[in-house]
Amino acid sequence: MAEKRAIELLEAKIQELRELNKMEEIDMSSEIARLAEKLEALKIDTYSNLSDWERVKIARHPERPYALDYIDKIFTDFYELHGDRLIGDDRALLVGLAQLQGKPVVLLAQQKGRSTEENKQRYFGMPRPQGYRKAKRIMALAERFSFPLISLIDTPGAYPGLEAEEFNIGGAIANNLLAMAKLPTPTIAVIIGEGGSGGALAVGVADRVLMLENATYSVISPEGASAILWKDKGKTRQAAQALNLTAEHLLKLGVVDEVIPEPLGGAHKDPQKTVASLKEVLIRHFAEVCNTPLEELLSARYKRYRSFGCYRTLSDR
Amino acid sequence: MAIFKEKHYLRVKLDKETDESLWMQCKSCGELVFKRRVRENNNICPYCGEYFFLTAKERIESLIDEGSFTDISKPIMAADPLLFQDTKPYPQRIEEAQQKTGLADAIIIGNAAISGIVVVVGVMDFRFIGGSMGSVMGEQICHGMEEAIRNHYPFILVSSSGGARIQEGILSLMQMAKTSVVRARLAEQRLPFISVMTYPTTAGVQASIASLGDVIIAEKGAMIGFAGRRVIKGTIAEELPPNYQTDSFALEHGSIDRVANREYLREELSNVLRFFVRQ
Ligand SMILES: [Zn+2]
Repeated sequence: MAEKRAIELLEAKIQELRELNKMEEIDMSSEIARLAEKLEALKIDTYSNLSDWERVKIARHPERPYALDYIDKIFTDFYELHGDRLIGDDRALLVGLAQLQGKPVVLLAQQKGRSTEENKQRYFGMPRPQGYRKAKRIMALAERFSFPLISLIDTPGAYPGLEAEEFNIGGAIANNLLAMAKLPTPTIAVIIGEGGSGGALAVGVADRVLMLENATYSVISPEGASAILWKDKGKTRQAAQALNLTAEHLLKLGVVDEVIPEPLGGAHKDPQKTVASLKEVLIRHFAEVCNTPLEELLSARYKRYRSFGCYRTLSDR
Repeated sequence: MAIFKEKHYLRVKLDKETDESLWMQCKSCGELVFKRRVRENNNICPYCGEYFFLTAKERIESLIDEGSFTDISKPIMAADPLLFQDTKPYPQRIEEAQQKTGLADAIIIGNAAISGIVVVVGVMDFRFIGGSMGSVMGEQICHGMEEAIRNHYPFILVSSSGGARIQEGILSLMQMAKTSVVRARLAEQRLPFISVMTYPTTAGVQASIASLGDVIIAEKGAMIGFAGRRVIKGTIAEELPPNYQTDSFALEHGSIDRVANREYLREELSNVLRFFVRQ
């Protein structure tokens, strides 16, 4: 995209002038300010009209902050717990204890890898049944000790593979939905990157669902929809548009409670700023759910999920 | 928004259809068979034992006491919340499916008796956009479970679905959560939920309500699983065993309780219901 190259060039130019400014006697600051202003305008122009497909690409950007980047900066004393006590330990779905605002919480976090090696270990962020059952085990712990539960969602989907089927991944997802439906403790889910279908929902049934501006959440990937509905692998753009998978759409549909703004161009352009925005919104909702009587939370959670759907009434004969 | 032509699809009556063609050819063994004979034989080929698809109506007939069925489906049909269009507009797809099946959507909910035990039963119809679960199916399943709670009946769900209905996007995904929260209430009331998985019970339906039965029974020949053969071959190119996602695969790996032949499914249900319902 030509605009992106123009932004990069402008950024490089400003950097160059800054270096020059430091070294030489000449004052370049007014020129720098002028270019910075131009850059900002260009960025706004380029990034505020992102297509849904462009947002999909931002949500999947390899430099995008991942779950552990947020955990490190927002929570204290993250204490990971391993294993589903049955088969093994999934590295795409991490669980553990942590402190938020001085309160112990249970964390569920879908984690992608940065390097090829790490991605192999983490199955590219696609949890296996081991992961979902580990999550369910930790939900029981949250219930026992009344720890609020916070879930960070970022997955292309549950792992599709023979072993996953043998261990009944569908059943594992289903049982998590049921467990989260009635979990008697405050729950918050935050979609930070990709919300890939059942693999995301299996840790995403919650009292509050928050979403980063360029994250996506969908019943199927644009690639999958393109192949199934258009029978053509090249219709991913149309599919992305048709699926209504962006935060803005999902807020309108009532699936998401609040959209967390990202820096222009996406979270990876300024991770620190993104972390700060997410923290602010999360803490506000955290205080709210923790201060709501449990009965009220559970009844609101029930109403929320019971009412999802859109249909028409037929006149009956 | 009057995008759908309104018709009276509801209130399914189990009357015998008048079918002009008397004979059909079995796809499996090639024999010419008398259609009535196939129908009376639960849509199983009398020569080779091949199972033909059952429509929701035929499935209901095959499972319940004759004349005991009342359709209690909610009078609703699909809207088009996303104004979805792939190769055709979603409303057109719905209308075509309605015309083909005579159903409002891919599921029927009713009251019925099985060996004298009164139940609420939900039966999916694969012919309606692959039995996919959108807002209507999710609402109907919840309605069925709520009727079961209100009257203190067991709930039976016969699945035949390829998963979530893509054309309703995230709202279809949310039906997985929606049916789960109501399923939790059914459990609180200690009412039994028997899930019957038939060909196919996959993806979003298998990964939600169908896997949440107190007892899960698969019909012989069912396909059960999350990610289809094509998805796995396409993403990770793994070799798959020939019985992948079959009823025997699911039983062997502990995903379901039992497998029953079609002609014994009714008996299977009445046998299991007896443990939960005192008459
Ligand atoms: Zn035959």
